[in-house]
Amino acid sequence: MIIKILGGGCATCNKLEETVKRIASVNRIEATFKKVTDYQEMMKYGIMATPALVINETVKCSGIIPKDEQILQWLKEN
Amino acid sequence: MNFITNKISEEKYKVLIPVLLLPLWFLLYLNLERLTNFIVIEIINLSQSSHFTEAIRFFIYEVPKVLLLLILIVFAVGIIRTYFSPERTRKILGGKKLFAGNILASMLGIVTPFCSCSAIPLFLGFVEGGVPLGVTFSFLIAAPMINEVAVVLLFGLFGWKTALIYMSTGLFIAMVSGFIIGRFKLEKYVETWVYEVKAGQLNIKEEKILFNKRISAGIDAVKEIVGKVWIYIVIGIAVGAGIHGYVPENFMASLMGKSAWWSVPIAVLIGVPMYSNAAGIIPIVQALLEKGASLGTVLAFMMSVIGLSLPETIILKKVLKLQLIFVFIGVVAVGIIIVGYLFNLIY
Repeated sequence: MIIKILGGGCATCNKLEETVKRIASVNRIEATFKKVTDYQEMMKYGIMATPALVINETVKCSGIIPKDEQILQWLKEN
Repeated sequence: MNFITNKISEEKYKVLIPVLLLPLWFLLYLNLERLTNFIVIEIINLSQSSHFTEAIRFFIYEVPKVLLLLILIVFAVGIIRTYFSPERTRKILGGKKLFAGNILASMLGIVTPFCSCSAIPLFLGFVEGGVPLGVTFSFLIAAPMINEVAVVLLFGLFGWKTALIYMSTGLFIAMVSGFIIGRFKLEKYVETWVYEVKAGQLNIKEEKILFNKRISAGIDAVKEIVGKVWIYIVIGIAVGAGIHGYVPENFMASLMGKSAWWSVPIAVLIGVPMYSNAAGIIPIVQALLEKGASLGTVLAFMMSVIGLSLPETIILKKVLKLQLIFVFIGVVAVGIIIVGYLFNLIY
């Protein structure tokens, strides 16, 4: 599973990355993390707010930090 | 399975939280003055009408009042914002003409969830979606300047007139500045790559949001925003209460009073490079007004700190050429200065 965090590197973006990494490691879910900070690259996903979470090339959310249970559900689905 | 049903019923109960808390809110808010008097005179047992008693009374009364107002408004705005995603706002603004578009964009700037780190993707998304440059700017100016925390604080501490003035002049500056930027056709000063961006299609389904989800969003907003700013509010009110008797009344009058014509541009000049959130600036505003600075000058200072910030312009540098950045800062700063003078004239 490839997880991408889209964001310019603000506090909220970093928090999303930490949260997803923590949930993955606690639940022993293996994933490769990538950070996308280039805006042109980000726009390919059609988002208009950061941070955004992309799992296996599908945008899961943008502009918010989802609830832990929601993230876990996404991680389990993939 | 049990776990899931529990989860669902828990969500359902969330609708009840505001229904139960609202009467409590009103009860508390309407009896705050009586409660304060009771605490100050009966419990702490302070003598009537000394400077110190007044300061304590001010603090005990204002802190819960402003916090109560903040909770209610942030909750309401949190719910309203679930109706306006950036995608929906873009759809509304796409292809709109100048003027009407500027008015709409400024108002949508208030209700669309926005954080300044999202300025670039939002800008790119708007341009991609056919929103004119001037209309986009109206949005980008209104969004940070008119925020719910600033409005609540002005309302709570200086009355509804000040709050309304702040909101309407902020909106006005956003509309006019965006209109001017659009009128002068400055598209050539946008970095060329911006127009070559091929944005993908966002595939998050815009599913119908249940009302209890919206309530949850309101509660989350309260937790996040009030949790972050309450400390500034307490400090701000403490400053206001503390300087009541100790700094001479007209300390700031000669520097930032009405008679000093240079005070408005200077306030803006100092305010632009400063960066603070709305709550952080309030202690300063409180202190300045208390000590004889005039409303127009302080308003101008507050707008330039919140509305124009160095970090945000540095972020925008990625998509705008320097000329357009200067035009943007210049037009907004001039707008703020005019508002400042106007209020010094009226009040």
